[in-house]
This record gives sequence, structure tokens and C-alpha cells, in this order.
Amino acid sequence: MAILIDEETKVVVQGITGREGDFHTGLMLQYGTKIMAGVTPGKGGLKVHGVPVYDSIDEALEVNPEINASIIFVPARFASDAVYEAIESNLSPIVLITEHIPILDSIRFINYARLKGLKIVGPNCPGVISPGRCKLGVMPSRVFKRGEVGVVSRSGTLTYEIADSITKAGLGQSTCIGIGGDPVTGLDFIEVVNMFLEDEETKAIVIIGEIGGDMEERLASYLKRHGIEKPMAAYIAGKTAPPGKRMGHAGAIISMGLGGAESKVNALRDAGVEVAQIPSQIPRLLEKQIEK
Amino acid sequence: MKLHEYEAKKIFLDEKIPVPKGKLAFKPEEVKDFAEELGKPVIVKSQVLVAGRGKAGGIRGADSPGEALEVARQLLSSRLKGFRVEKLLVEEKVDIERELYLSLIIDRSGRKHVFLASGEGGVDIEELAAKSPEKIFRLHVNPFLGVRDFEARKLVKAIGMRGYMSQLVHVIKSFYRVSLKYDCELVESNPLALTTDGRIVAVDARMIIDDNSLFRQLKFKRRIEEERGELTELEAQAIKEGFSYVDLEGSIGVIANGAGLTMASMDLVAFYGGKPANFLDIGGGASSERVKKAVELQLINPRVVGVLINIMAGITRCDEVARGLIEAMKETGIEKPTVIRMVGTREKEGRKILEEAGISYLETMEEAAEKIVKLVGGM
Repeated sequence: MAILIDEETKVVVQGITGREGDFHTGLMLQYGTKIMAGVTPGKGGLKVHGVPVYDSIDEALEVNPEINASIIFVPARFASDAVYEAIESNLSPIVLITEHIPILDSIRFINYARLKGLKIVGPNCPGVISPGRCKLGVMPSRVFKRGEVGVVSRSGTLTYEIADSITKAGLGQSTCIGIGGDPVTGLDFIEVVNMFLEDEETKAIVIIGEIGGDMEERLASYLKRHGIEKPMAAYIAGKTAPPGKRMGHAGAIISMGLGGAESKVNALRDAGVEVAQIPSQIPRLLEKQIEK
Repeated sequence: MKLHEYEAKKIFLDEKIPVPKGKLAFKPEEVKDFAEELGKPVIVKSQVLVAGRGKAGGIRGADSPGEALEVARQLLSSRLKGFRVEKLLVEEKVDIERELYLSLIIDRSGRKHVFLASGEGGVDIEELAAKSPEKIFRLHVNPFLGVRDFEARKLVKAIGMRGYMSQLVHVIKSFYRVSLKYDCELVESNPLALTTDGRIVAVDARMIIDDNSLFRQLKFKRRIEEERGELTELEAQAIKEGFSYVDLEGSIGVIANGAGLTMASMDLVAFYGGKPANFLDIGGGASSERVKKAVELQLINPRVVGVLINIMAGITRCDEVARGLIEAMKETGIEKPTVIRMVGTREKEGRKILEEAGISYLETMEEAAEKIVKLVGGM
């Protein structure tokens, strides 16, 4: 099963002729992702790693009507337009890798996509991988292995780190999603956790949060109301981060007294979620609950 | 990017949001002249990009031009939280009947703008939120429709100001217009004042511009190049080099790739009893040249006693990291305890380079953090 993407996902890569788009198209193809087409306005007619490039998604859809998802590598100032193009073609998920998109733009297209019932992953994210089936992102594939743990994270490399430890513990992942490091993202923890709860293949869930905002607290209060139906473990990064400073991610900032790590850890623990002190404890925390 | 009060007030004025009469001054004499011109008491406000200027003594009143001159002299020769005061905003002193609070921020989980308003302004809003959250009222803005009058009217009524409806509805709608026009993360006035003669005036003004919008907010792009504000020297230098960098209080320099991993590395240093000196994220796919710069920034930092390097290589390559590290050590000639953990892309090649240079590496970030703390001693 997995969530969001699987063997049936047929992909268009927007911004395929750029440096990142080109490079990762190659890696995704190697992984077995079904990339049907690429789009770069003005570059129609080219091929990238054997994938035909079109000027627009419409033209790509004419040849490949089965395309149902997009991954976007378009630079920030043109990214919004690419997102709207994907939305108007009803593609979902739309995986938006691009970093540095102005927040006003994100607010608009994310609300528009949600209005149309489409899912945006990102912006500023590593993407999604359902190991062994489909990779729509920039993560190094070797740390992932098909398995039963659903992983949702606001981070990139830290996610690879923890996925690696889950793989080494022999557990593997059903799907791993980086929702993005921006203050406003297309998907939040509650939505993704719910998808994992509904997914039969996912037997346990890992949440990787960080300072900034209150997404973790919201998840905690949601879990408190609904109960914890599957084993869960969490890690929160940024316990030593000072207030008022952005820690790399646009969204990782403690502001107006909100968004500190302690409040997130406490809220999750209070809801009954096992919270790791250090990342390497995650597999053990899961095993402990699975054994029960 | 934070704007100075005078910059925000200039925008408020352009957008017809009332602000006190004022002038930007660089010399004490300019302050005195303006006070004379006004012929009434003034407030002299240091224009430094730090929070809590009032409490730190950076905002002072003066009843006469002579006093204004003296106050300006003192402020211009002072430092506020470490930053030199170079500019003053001198304003007419407004006779305040009541202080209000109004801000427009982004509600991250709601994915839209939200107004926060209170009939009890002038105080620290964080304190108010903690002590009396019922005194803060919210209005979420539909991103497709904007602020509608009836919504603004409800907010005004909620804070007990229905007698000043049209003035306040105008300010609310103007805040939203400003926010869209200038890509703001924050538009705030605290206090937004009701004057004794029944006017609504933004006595204070704060704006934060979204850094990601600077490609289209060209005016601010130029300003940020001239004046970064709120950054330490090392922070400014590191950011100029294109790193995400934040100075902290401790002694162990932390380099990693990716924001989450860098934060986790800092946290691990603390977990094992050490104190991180900084957060340095080299980002994805860093070349050996960039790694070298990053390591140099750590080595030349006198507060850094030891360095932890933690690389989970995906698009980053371990051989580039290893080369960068070695070059930095060679070129600076500075030796500090350095622990490196790197795994992933080109791991073998990277490790070989380190082995040849006699540098040891570790498998896990936990081991690495523990080791650097041991080497440095929990300072």
C-alpha cells in the first residue's frame, strides 16, 4: 500500500532541464520511478535521460494522459507558476523541492490546492519515498528499505539519518515524507499521521519535528483526543537553539515565546508518544512497542 | 529582515496609517532643531534593530530642545545590547488616552494571515498572551478574499473600540494591504494609540520582510546589503559566505549538512555535557572549497575550542568534505581538537583521504559528539 506514492505513480518532472532537475531525474529513474515526461517552458522537444521534455503539462498530458503526480525543481521566483500549472492539471501529489519561495506565494497556492483536494508536499522539502516502489525526491535511496514504519519529518538529512537507523534495525519504511522546512507547508503532521493510520502496511509511525511553530503540539493534542492506535516514536531537533534565530530552515525559529523544543517534547510525551532524547534511540523505542 | 521603526513608519505614512510627526536624525543638533520646530515635548528613539529598546534605555523623552540635544548626545554615544546607536527617530510626544495592540502575522498551521488585537496594548504582548489570553482577539484572513469590512468591524468591537470604528477598520485593512505589498511576515503597532483628541495613531511600528521575497522587494534588498542588523560579526561573515550560521554561547563548533541534522548535532553535544559554540549548516552538495571556508570559520573563532563535523552525505560528497577539512587545517595552521563523522556518498574515498592525513573518523553522530565533548572537556 504505502501512502501518497507507489508503483502506480506516473510522474512529470517540472524544471527537468535545470541542474537539480536533470540530476535527480537520473537518480529517480535508476530507482524505478515512472517518469513519463518533463516540462520546461521553451525547452520542448529535448530529452533528458531519455525522458521527453514538453513546453507545458498540457502537452505532456496529451501524449501521456496517465500522468498523475509532479515533482518540481523550478527556481523560487518561477516556482509558484509551476505549482499552479500542476494544480490546474489536477496532479497529486505535487512534490515541491524548491527552497526560498516567498511565504505569501506559498499561502496562496497551498490554499488553492487544498480547495481542489490536491496534496502539495513541501515547499523546501526532500520529497517522498515509498521504498522499493517509487521515489519522488532527492533523498539518498540506499538508506531506505521497504518495511512497515511510516516516517514524517520537517527535515532532510536528519530524516536520512533516522531512516538509516530504522533500516539497520531491520525494520524498514512503508513511506517516508519530508513535509518541508518552511513555516507554511502543504501537509502537516496530523494529516500525514492520519494517512499512516489508515494505511494497513504501516505498523508504526516516526515523527521528526523541530523548533518553530506548533505543528508538534497540535499533533499531540490530536493524539490525546483520538488515542494512539499504532506504535509511535518522535524526535525533536533544536533543544539548544536560542530564541529569535532562524536555524537554517525558514520555519525553524522560536518566536514570541512559541516554538521551543521543550514544549513539543512535553506535549508529545503527555499524549503518550515515546520521544527519543537522541536520534539513535528511535528504533529501540519502536521495537519496544512492537514487541508488546 | 527586520525594518527599523523609521522605515516602517515611512511605509505607514505612505499607506495613510497615521503616525506621530517625526524626523530621522544622525546628529544631536538635528534632534534639537526638530524639537524647536515642533515647539513641544519630544520622544527620542534609538534606531537599532534589537527588541526591547525601551527597557534597555534606548527611548527617552525630552521636554525642551535643550534637553532633546542632551538626550540625543547620550544616545548617539551609547550602545544598545551591543549595537552602536547611529540613528535617532525624534517624534512629537503624543498624548495618549488608551494604548491598543494590533499585529498581522502568519498563522502557520492555519496557512493564512491572522490579526492579533487587544484593547490593552503597550505591554509585552508575549506576557499578555501568557497571562490573559482572553484579552487577545484574532481575525483570520481569507487568502482569496482579503479582509472584509464586517470582519474588521467585529475585531474593533471585540477590543472595545466601537466608538472609533472607521479609523480602526482603515488601519486593519491598511495593515493587510501593506503586508501584501511588501511581503511581510509581521506588521505590528504596539502601542497603537487612541490620543486624547480622539485620533488613532501608530506610536510604534514594526515590520519584518520575508527574506525569500527580496528578489522582488528590491528596495529592501539594497538595504539588507548595507545593514544586516542583529547579527554578530561572525554571523554576518558566515551568511555572506552563504552558510546558515548562528552564534551560541558554548565552546564546540558544530558543522553539519542540513538544518535538522545540524540542530540534532548541537543537541547531541549538549546531551553529552558539552556546549555548542554555533550552528553551521553547509547545506547540500558543498564543494571542498565551501567546506574549507566552513572549517576556517570555526578555526579562527577564538571561542571555539573544538570542532564537530557531522556529514550525512546524499548530494554532499565525503571526499569533498575530507579535502576541505584538510585544506582548512593546512592553510590556517590552527590546530584544534576536531572530530569528524561522515557517511554516505563517496564515503570510502573520503575516509581514505582522511586516513592518509592521519585524521580519524567515527561511524555515528552519537560517538562523534561524545568524543568531542571528552576532548574539549565539558566547557
